[in-house]
Amino acid sequence: MIVDLQKFITNERPVWTELEQLLGRLESEPNEMLSLEQVQRLHQLYERTAADLARITTFSSEPETRRFLENLVARAYGEIHETREKHRRFYPLQWFFKTWPQTFRKHIRAFQLSLLITVAGCAFGGLAIAFDPDAKPVLMPFSHLLQDPAKRVAQEENSTEDRLAGYKTSFSVELMTHNTQVSIYTLALGMTWGVGTIVMLFYNGVILGAVAVDYIGAGETKFLLGWLMPHGVIEIPAILIAGQAGLILAFALIGRGRNTPLRTRLREISGDLSTLIFGVGLMLVWAGFIEAFLSQYHEPVIPYSVKIAFGCVELVLLCVFLSRSGAQGKRGA
Amino acid sequence: MKTNTLIIRTPEGIVFSQLLAGPVTRFLACLIDWCCIHVLLMVMGVVLSLMMVLSFNFALAFYVIGYFLVSIGYGIVLEWLWRGQTVGKKLLRLRVTDVEGLRLQFNQIVVRNLLRFVDVLPAFYFVGGVTCWLTANCQRLGDLAANTVVVRSPRLAEPDLDQVLPGKFNSLRQFPHLVARLRQDVTPAEANIALQSLLRRAEFDAVSRVELFSDLAAHFQAKVEFPAEATDGVADEQFVRNVVDVIYRTRPEKAANGAA
Repeated sequence: MIVDLQKFITNERPVWTELEQLLGRLESEPNEMLSLEQVQRLHQLYERTAADLARITTFSSEPETRRFLENLVARAYGEIHETREKHRRFYPLQWFFKTWPQTFRKHIRAFQLSLLITVAGCAFGGLAIAFDPDAKPVLMPFSHLLQDPAKRVAQEENSTEDRLAGYKTSFSVELMTHNTQVSIYTLALGMTWGVGTIVMLFYNGVILGAVAVDYIGAGETKFLLGWLMPHGVIEIPAILIAGQAGLILAFALIGRGRNTPLRTRLREISGDLSTLIFGVGLMLVWAGFIEAFLSQYHEPVIPYSVKIAFGCVELVLLCVFLSRSGAQGKRGA
Repeated sequence: MKTNTLIIRTPEGIVFSQLLAGPVTRFLACLIDWCCIHVLLMVMGVVLSLMMVLSFNFALAFYVIGYFLVSIGYGIVLEWLWRGQTVGKKLLRLRVTDVEGLRLQFNQIVVRNLLRFVDVLPAFYFVGGVTCWLTANCQRLGDLAANTVVVRSPRLAEPDLDQVLPGKFNSLRQFPHLVARLRQDVTPAEANIALQSLLRRAEFDAVSRVELFSDLAAHFQAKVEFPAEATDGVADEQFVRNVVDVIYRTRPEKAANGAA
């Protein structure tokens, strides 16, 4: 019971000030490690301030002091009861070579599902174009894809001027930002219990399958591979990984077969979602660069064999990177 | 149940509360942030228009990438640097915090900002607003996924005591031990009723006003009995005024005791 409020505040204020200073230090220097004595002191200050809050809560005349103490206790509570790994200094190389590929492999089943949905979309798009070529404008809402493939190839190969001259950098950046936005949508739509993510992946697959069948049917397979492979072997997996992230979010929301509460499930994956989407962003920067500076140039400027070989090398490197990088060696072997 | 307060109970049994921000306040903060983003983009546009003289291609590329980074990174960077606040949130005294009162992590900030893409659909944060309205802790989809809430810390309005306590002699202050007991026994709700009654006294008709202050005076006298010399000749309304004075004006230097 507080008999003299002024005396109580005067006596306790040094404790609150000390706690506030300690919290301020911890918040501004997240890498600082406290000694055992400092941790004990922090806990002691927290408990005493929490007790002060309990005592002053019923007191009518000090709403500001109560708010101040609530804020202080909330901050201290966050520091003391936080069990997740404290954010450490960010090491880009460690993140790139270890964290990202490890996270990808940790959720490999979501990636496989993402791939399966896209393949199903490809099959649907391919079959739709094969059986009903008139459906092209519906399936491929991009003007440059509606042209007859043979005519387009002839135009591209006979073109004597560089149609991207003076615009390559801005075109490249537009590709990067557009694809990154699509990827973020694919991830974010995981909040629709995965329905939106599945639709995005399936639709991407439909376009890809329709374009592939259209060009293969016109006998332009080599052009198709030379055109798509240099950037597509990075861009398509990037969208698949964004879909993987969206499906991870959906699985956490649904929580089938898991007894942990929703909050815990979401808390467990938030770091993985960030890692995957930043990885996707990097992949799309590379893909955008290659699409603007390499993919749009065809024979005779660049032989198709060179472009296809470049795409194959990229694909192999990507597979090796995602499957092996950051893997722990077998112990006791 | 939907409330406007997030109550956190610590393992030590201490309960503290945080006021949740409603959809309208959050939308206003968002509007301010949109303005800030547009100002940043305008400044960037002016700088890059100078660069266009050198290379239109590079200037356009920088603008596209700048637009993308500013519109996506604004929330992420500011909420990380300012511990859950952007310019709009700072101005409206809002803050993003963890739903369980734990430390806000970078991953949470990234997830809640990226899911904004869905919350803004189809326009003007319709999905986010509806979700905010339906969920118990007023969370949009991004907040749900990231386990965050937006709390507000309003500046507490000091009651305008000069309006009701015009610096007259307060007979209760002659008995500091009884005043201390009164402060201890009166609950915040009771103190607020007394204060509000004084602030709105002019709105009552004469009979109701006399009855109200009579009841209040009796209530406070029943809590702590002051000697006759402190209450004799003091009207009920003046007694309630004195009670409010000793409760809200705890610091002797602020009190108007010496005015008489």
